[in-house]
Amino acid sequence: MEYFVQQLINGLTLGSIYGLIAIGYTMVYGIIGMINFAHGDIFMVGSFIALIAIIAFGLTAGSSLAVLILALILVLLIAMALTSVYGWTVERLAYRPLRGSFRLAPLITAIGMSIVLQNFVQIAQGARVKPLQPLFSGGFTLMELEGPTGAVFRVNLSFAQILIIVTTVVLMTVFTLIIAKTSLGRSQRACEQDRKMAALLGVNVDRTISLTFVMGAALAAVAGLMYLLYYGVIDFYIGFIAGVKAFTAAVLGGIGSLPGAMLGGLLIGLIETFWSAYFSIEYKDVAAFSILAIVLIFLPSGILGRPEVEKV
Amino acid sequence: MSETAIAAPSPTPRWEADPVLDVEHLTMRFGGLVAVDDLSFAVGRGDITAIIGPNGAGKTTVFNCITGFYKPTEGRLTMRRAEGEEFLLERMPDFQIAARAKVARTFQNIRLFGGMTVLENLMVAQHNPLMKASYFTFGGVLGLSHYRRSEKEAIGFATSWLEQIRLIDRADDPAADLPYGAQRRLEIARAMCTRPEILCLDEPAAGLNPRESAELNDLLRLIRDEYQTSVLLIEHDMSVVMEISDHVVVLDYGKKIADGPADVIRNDPAVIAAYLGVEDDEVEAAEEEVEEIKEEAERR
Repeated sequence: MEYFVQQLINGLTLGSIYGLIAIGYTMVYGIIGMINFAHGDIFMVGSFIALIAIIAFGLTAGSSLAVLILALILVLLIAMALTSVYGWTVERLAYRPLRGSFRLAPLITAIGMSIVLQNFVQIAQGARVKPLQPLFSGGFTLMELEGPTGAVFRVNLSFAQILIIVTTVVLMTVFTLIIAKTSLGRSQRACEQDRKMAALLGVNVDRTISLTFVMGAALAAVAGLMYLLYYGVIDFYIGFIAGVKAFTAAVLGGIGSLPGAMLGGLLIGLIETFWSAYFSIEYKDVAAFSILAIVLIFLPSGILGRPEVEKV
Repeated sequence: MSETAIAAPSPTPRWEADPVLDVEHLTMRFGGLVAVDDLSFAVGRGDITAIIGPNGAGKTTVFNCITGFYKPTEGRLTMRRAEGEEFLLERMPDFQIAARAKVARTFQNIRLFGGMTVLENLMVAQHNPLMKASYFTFGGVLGLSHYRRSEKEAIGFATSWLEQIRLIDRADDPAADLPYGAQRRLEIARAMCTRPEILCLDEPAAGLNPRESAELNDLLRLIRDEYQTSVLLIEHDMSVVMEISDHVVVLDYGKKIADGPADVIRNDPAVIAAYLGVEDDEVEAAEEEVEEIKEEAERR
């Protein structure tokens, strides 16, 4: 039981990170029907920007908690802002000119952009992994269990995990509210349904699409910082695997659906964690992707996705 | 102009004296097909203007040029707003035609945002003032009072329209769930929520029953009289056209064949010919001609 609770906590943490990235995939797919393969690398860029900012602020584990939290909020804002610029630029330069081109064109440039970002970071920052000393040590011990040999197994909820889960919940709420309640959210949904009609009502469709990329990139930057705090090491290649997992999460939850992306992210995180815990860690990706395949066979539009209706 | 001048047919009709929209030498070619051929007409400010003509006459193409769907091959479309600003529509991107030149339109096949609620459809149409008021969403997230006030105003305006078209009870239902006639009314209300100065309606009476059609006439008069919005409509239903139009433009094969007040158009021989076909003796003459050509070909 204790072991299960511990894995649940770990899985939710990992799932939050996947969920934050998956939202970027799902929002862009929703509005222009394109898979932005460079999104995983936008996440990686966000992670690097966060690392640079942390080093620039001189944060260490020795800093007092108040300073640490204030500085991290600042780091988060900087990373979100700068990563958004990357997201916006990629859309402006590589995707917008190809809108209205054949369907594969933006897909190919997206893969190209992914490689561009990876190589850019590899050259600018070096290929070696970048470590970050843990900023938060400690946490809460939720349960304690004394084994027959006298060894004590503790269920821990670390400060980093709390931070990740709380931030994710807060940001998810904010972004869900933006989509549901603000004028920008309404125009995004309108563009999703009928871009041409939205334009005839005075909605600047290009700007709405750009802002969608910006929102996705900002959330990816949050995920980047969380990843950095949780694992403590990053390199230029983390965007690939995390991107593929998050994309899988978006498809699993039902691509185009915002709650679906979050649910898919949590599920992928949990599946991966529980599989590693109870079966074998080597096969965790096999498990995650096998479950994806099974879900897609029986639920082709994902868990919360709407069935695709062909427009006549 | 003196009172007596109105009785006599005035040399410049009202729509040319103060046009809200000027269409000059509009030509639209699709490859070899000329859909609209050197078409000029004016839409009078505060008028209900109808474009009529047989199927394929190029009516919808004219609308598509006005609203930025197509870039015209040739010609000029000048929108003159009440406050004096002029816009050349053929040079503007589509969203600015709605946002700045204040042109709104509806479609022959309804294009509501089916997955959004009835109220949200009307709110999307008020996107631009809200976007400005929310400082591009940041203010909206922070819940600034300035934004909340604008949002309230927008909801108020949308609500007044929902009452007008008797859909207030269904404000929170998805638009796709409405019956056909209600969807038509909603589409007109949505176009009106952009606060246009000219409203272009593509066959608004199509598929409506006589009662709904009469209701539509009242709605269009209300739009003209209460909201001071000029109306340009394409319509097949002659009862609608003749009853409410101030000015009728008739197209056939992309060319204008008549232009004038409704009662003059009703009796115009060219219009009758286009709608009802040519006179019988002309048909006979044409058939004879065809026979002669055939015989000649056989003799060779």
